[in-house]
Amino acid sequence: MKTNDVILQTVTTVTVFIILTFAAYLFFAGHHDPGGGFIGGLMIASALILLYLAFDIELIHKGLPFDYKLLMGVGMALSLLTGIGAIVLQHPFLSHTFEYVDFPFFGEIELATSVLFELGVTLAVVGATLTIILSISEDV
Amino acid sequence: MSWLHIFILLPFLFAVIIPVLYKKFPKIHTGWFVLAAPAGIFAYLLSYIPMVAGGETTMYSLPWIPSLDIHFSLYVDGLGLIFALLITGIGSLVVFYSIYYLSKVREALHNFYVYLMMFMGAMLGLVLSDNLIVLYLFWELTSISSFLLIAYWYARRQSRYGAQKSMLITVFGGFAMLAAIIMFYIMGNTFSIRELLSQADQLVQHDLFIATMILLLLGAFTKSAQFPFHIWLPDAMEAPTPVSAYLHSATMVKAGIYLVARFTPIFGGTMEWFWIVTAVGLITLFWGSLLAVKQRDLKALLAFSTISQLGLIMSLLGMGSAALYYGGGETSQLHSAAILAAVFHLVNHSTFKGSLFMVVGIVDHETGTRDLRKLGGLMSIMPITFTIAIIGSLSMAGLPPFNGFLSKELFFTGTLNAASLDIFNMETYGALIPIVAWVASVFTFVYSLILVFKTFLGKFQPERLEKEAHEAPWGMLLPPLVLSVLVIGIFFVPNVLADYALEPMMASILPPLEGQFDIYIEAWHGFVPELFMTIGIVVIGLLLYLTLKKWLWLYNNMPRAMTITNAYNSGLKRMESGSRKITDLHMTGFVRDYLRYIFVLLIMIVGASLFLLDGFSFEVSNVAPINLYEMILAAVLVGAAAMVVLTRSRLTAVIGVGVLGYIVALFFVVLRAPDLALTQLAIETVSVALYLLCFYHLPRLRQRDEGDGLNVMNLVIALAVGTLVTLIALSANGHRMFPAISDFYEGGYELAGASNMVNAILADFRAFDTLLEIFVLAIAGLGVYSLIKLRLARRASDENQ
Amino acid sequence: MEILMSVLVGILFTAGTYLVLAKSLLRIVLGTAILGHGALLLLLTMAGLKTGAPPLLGMEGITNYVDPLPQALILTAIVINFGTMGFFLVLAYRSYKELGTDDMEELRGTNNE
Repeated sequence: MKTNDVILQTVTTVTVFIILTFAAYLFFAGHHDPGGGFIGGLMIASALILLYLAFDIELIHKGLPFDYKLLMGVGMALSLLTGIGAIVLQHPFLSHTFEYVDFPFFGEIELATSVLFELGVTLAVVGATLTIILSISEDV
Repeated sequence: MSWLHIFILLPFLFAVIIPVLYKKFPKIHTGWFVLAAPAGIFAYLLSYIPMVAGGETTMYSLPWIPSLDIHFSLYVDGLGLIFALLITGIGSLVVFYSIYYLSKVREALHNFYVYLMMFMGAMLGLVLSDNLIVLYLFWELTSISSFLLIAYWYARRQSRYGAQKSMLITVFGGFAMLAAIIMFYIMGNTFSIRELLSQADQLVQHDLFIATMILLLLGAFTKSAQFPFHIWLPDAMEAPTPVSAYLHSATMVKAGIYLVARFTPIFGGTMEWFWIVTAVGLITLFWGSLLAVKQRDLKALLAFSTISQLGLIMSLLGMGSAALYYGGGETSQLHSAAILAAVFHLVNHSTFKGSLFMVVGIVDHETGTRDLRKLGGLMSIMPITFTIAIIGSLSMAGLPPFNGFLSKELFFTGTLNAASLDIFNMETYGALIPIVAWVASVFTFVYSLILVFKTFLGKFQPERLEKEAHEAPWGMLLPPLVLSVLVIGIFFVPNVLADYALEPMMASILPPLEGQFDIYIEAWHGFVPELFMTIGIVVIGLLLYLTLKKWLWLYNNMPRAMTITNAYNSGLKRMESGSRKITDLHMTGFVRDYLRYIFVLLIMIVGASLFLLDGFSFEVSNVAPINLYEMILAAVLVGAAAMVVLTRSRLTAVIGVGVLGYIVALFFVVLRAPDLALTQLAIETVSVALYLLCFYHLPRLRQRDEGDGLNVMNLVIALAVGTLVTLIALSANGHRMFPAISDFYEGGYELAGASNMVNAILADFRAFDTLLEIFVLAIAGLGVYSLIKLRLARRASDENQ
Repeated sequence: MEILMSVLVGILFTAGTYLVLAKSLLRIVLGTAILGHGALLLLLTMAGLKTGAPPLLGMEGITNYVDPLPQALILTAIVINFGTMGFFLVLAYRSYKELGTDDMEELRGTNNE
C-alpha cells in the first residue's frame, strides 16, 4: 500500500523536535513539578514513533542507529547501579532518605543520584516501548 | 560461621565447580577432583574424635531466620559425628571406586558428581544439624539427590520407575516428618533438638505426643526402607553400583535409623515406641531375609539383605529403648546392650555391606552380568575379589573372625534381654522376639552363602557372560579391600572402636545413662545361649543351603497380586486415572470456561468473606462534592464503554478503548493528579498506535462481525463482578479506620529534596517498586520481541513437514 | 463523588469482564485494557478523594494536598499495564497469525502432551 505522506512528513520533522524538547523539559521538571522519568521516556518514545510512522524504518535507522533492546538493558543497569551505589556508600539499597535529616548539605549529591535513577527509567521505557512497536511493525 | 559450617557447605561448593572442572580438564577423570571433598572433610572431622570420646559436645549456631526460630545450628555429639565420619569415610572410598567404575568417556560424569556432592552435603547437614527445620531441608535434599542418582541412566525405563518410586515413598515420609516437626514446635515451642530433649518429661504428657511419634516414625521408616515401605529399595538398585553402595546401603537409608536414635531420649521408655520400633524392625528383618534368598540378581539380593539388616538395627533400637523406662541403674544397663548392638552393627554393616556392593559392582563390571544363573566359577579368575566377597558375606552371616559375629552375638543378647522384660505386656509376646530373630538369622546365613558361593564356586559358564571375565583393576579393588581390613580389624580390637565411637553414640541415645556404660566387647564369653543360637544357625543354615533346590520352589507359590509392590503399582495407576477423571471433569480445554471459573470464584470468595465478616458498609457523610465536569466525563466514559461492548466493528472498538483511556486521563486532571494525567495521555497515544498497528495490518480472514450476540451467562457474571467491585469501592470508603500515611510524604522536600511528592515516592521512597517495574516492562518488551522474531513454533512445524 | 466513581468503576469492570468472556481475541484484549482502566480508578477512589491541591509542594500557601501515595502506585500500574497489554496484544496477534483464527471456541487445548 503506497501512500503519499508529504504533509505528515513535513509536519513531523518540525513537531518531533518540539516534542523532544518538551520531553526533556518534563524529564527535568519531574523533581518539583509534574513530569519525571516515565513521562519523559514516553514522550521521547512517542516522538520517535511519530518519526517511524512518517518515514520508513530504514531511513530512521540510519539517523538513529540504536538497538532499543540494548537501550532497555542500559537503562535497567543504570537504575540498578544507582541502587547499588547506595549500598557501596553504606546506605540501604536505593534509599537515602534519612541522611537528609542528619546532613542537610548532602542534598545536592543525592539529588543527582535520583536523577540518574530517573534517567535509567527513561531509557528503559524508551527502549521497551520502541522494542514492542518496532518488533510488530517489522513483522508485517 | 564456624569451620564446621564451611566444611558442611564444602560439598555444595564442589557441586557448583564440578561442571567447570569437567569442561576444563576433559582428560582427567573428574572423580580425582571430587575426592578432595570427602577426604578433606573426613580428616577434619577426625579432629573431633578426642573431644567426643571425652564425653563432651559442641554447638555452633548461625542465625538464619531468627524470627521463626530457624538457625543453622550444628551440634557435634557422638551420634552425629560417627554418622558424619561414616558418610565422608565411605564417601571417599566410593568416589575413589567410581573413578574406575564409571568411564570418563561414556558417562555424564559432571552430573553424577554434582548429585553425589549434593547428597553428601545434605547428609552431613542432616546428621549434624540441631534445628529440625534445617534437618528437614537436608532430609528432603537427600531424597532429591537420591532420586537424581537413581535416575542417572534416565534412558532406561526401570531407572525412571525406581527413581519415581523412591521419591514418592520417601517424600511421603518426609511430609509426615514435617508434620511431626510442626507438632514438636507446638508442644515444645522450639525447633531445637537440644531444647526438645531437655523438656522430654513435659512432652510425654502432651496430647500430641503419640501422633508426633507416629508421624516421625513414618518419616524414619520410609527413609530406612522398613516394612511395608521397603519396596522402593530393590528398585533403587537401578542406580550405578557406587551409588547403591553409598546411598542405599551405607548412608541415606541409615538416616531413618539416625532419626530414631536421635529421638530415643524423648520417646524411649514408652510402650508405643518400644513396640512399634521393635515390631516393625523385626518384621523387616524377617521379611527382608526371607525374600533375599529367592533373588537371582546379585544387587537385588543385596538390596533385600540391606532391608533386613536395617530392620535388625531398627529392632535393636526399639528393644534398647526399654533402658530408658528404668531411667538408670543395673536393669537399664542390661537393656542398653541392645543399643550397643545397634550402633555396633550400624558401623559393621557399613563396612561389610559396602565392600559387598563393591564386589558385586566388580563382578558386574568385569563379566557384564549380575544374574546368579549365569555366574559361577569366578574364584580362579578373580581371586582377590573372591577373598573380599567371602570376608564380607561371612561377616554378614555372623561368623568369626569377622566383626559381624560380634554384633550378631550382641543382637542375640539384646533379644534375650528383651524377652525377659516384664513390662509393656512383654510377658505374653516377649518369647517371640528371639525366635523371629533366630529364624531371620538362619535365612541371613543362607543368602550370604548364596551370594558368595553361587558366584565364585560352581561351574564357570563363559558362554553366558557378556564379557570375557578377568580380575578388576587395582583401583576398584582397593576400596573394598580397605573395608575388608576393617571387617577383620574390628573383630580383633573391638574395644578401641567401642571407646572412641560406640560409647559416645550410646551417650547420645541414652543420656540418663551417660558415664555408666561398662562396655567390653569380647568374642568368647563361655557357653551361653547366644553361642548355641549361632551354632544352630550354622547347622540349620548349611542344611538349608545344601537342600536349596528342594524348597526354593515354595517361593513361586507366593501370589504376585498380593505383593506390596503390586499394591503400590495399582494404587498409583488408580490415583492417576482418578485424578485424570477429576481433571477432565472441569478442564474443558476452553480458556473461556477457565475465565468463568476464575470470575465466579472471585465473586464467591470475596463476596462471601466480605458478607460474613460484615465488611460491607456505606458511609456517605465524608464524600467529596460532584461538579458538572465530572458528570460529563462520567457520561462519556459510560458511553465509550458501552460503545466498545456493543459495536460490531473492530475499528470502532479500538477507538472506543482509546476514548476511554483519554477520559481516564481527564479524570486524573479533575482529581488533581497531573503526573498521572500526563502519563496516561502519553501511554494512551502509544497504545492506540500499537492497537492500530496490530489490527490494521491483519488480513481479515473472513467478513464476520465481531460481536457474538448476547450471552446471558457472561452478562450475569460480568454484572456480578461489576456490582461486587462497586460494593468494595463503597465499603473502602466507609471504612476509614486509620489515617492515611501520606502525611509522611508531605515532608518530601526535607526528606528527598523534591517537591513533587509523586515523583519523590517513585524515585526515592519507593524506588524499589519503580526499579522492578521497569524490569517488568523490559521483560514484556523482550517477550514481544521474541514472540515476533523467534517463531519457534513455526520453525519446528516446518521441520516436521 | 466517591459514589459516582464507585459506580463508574463497577460499570468499567462489568464491561471489561463481559468483553474478556467474549469469543474474539481482540475483544478479550480490549476487555483487559478496560479492566486495567477500572483498576486504576478503583485504586484512586479507594484511597479517598479528599479535595485538595495537587501533590506539589512548590505551590505557596497550601496545606491541604490530595493523597500522593495512590498516585504513585497508579503511575507504576499504568506503565506496567502498558507493558503487559503490549505483550498480550502481540500474543493475540501471533496466535491469530499462527493458528488462523481468533475465535476462542476454536482455540481449544487438547490432552496430547
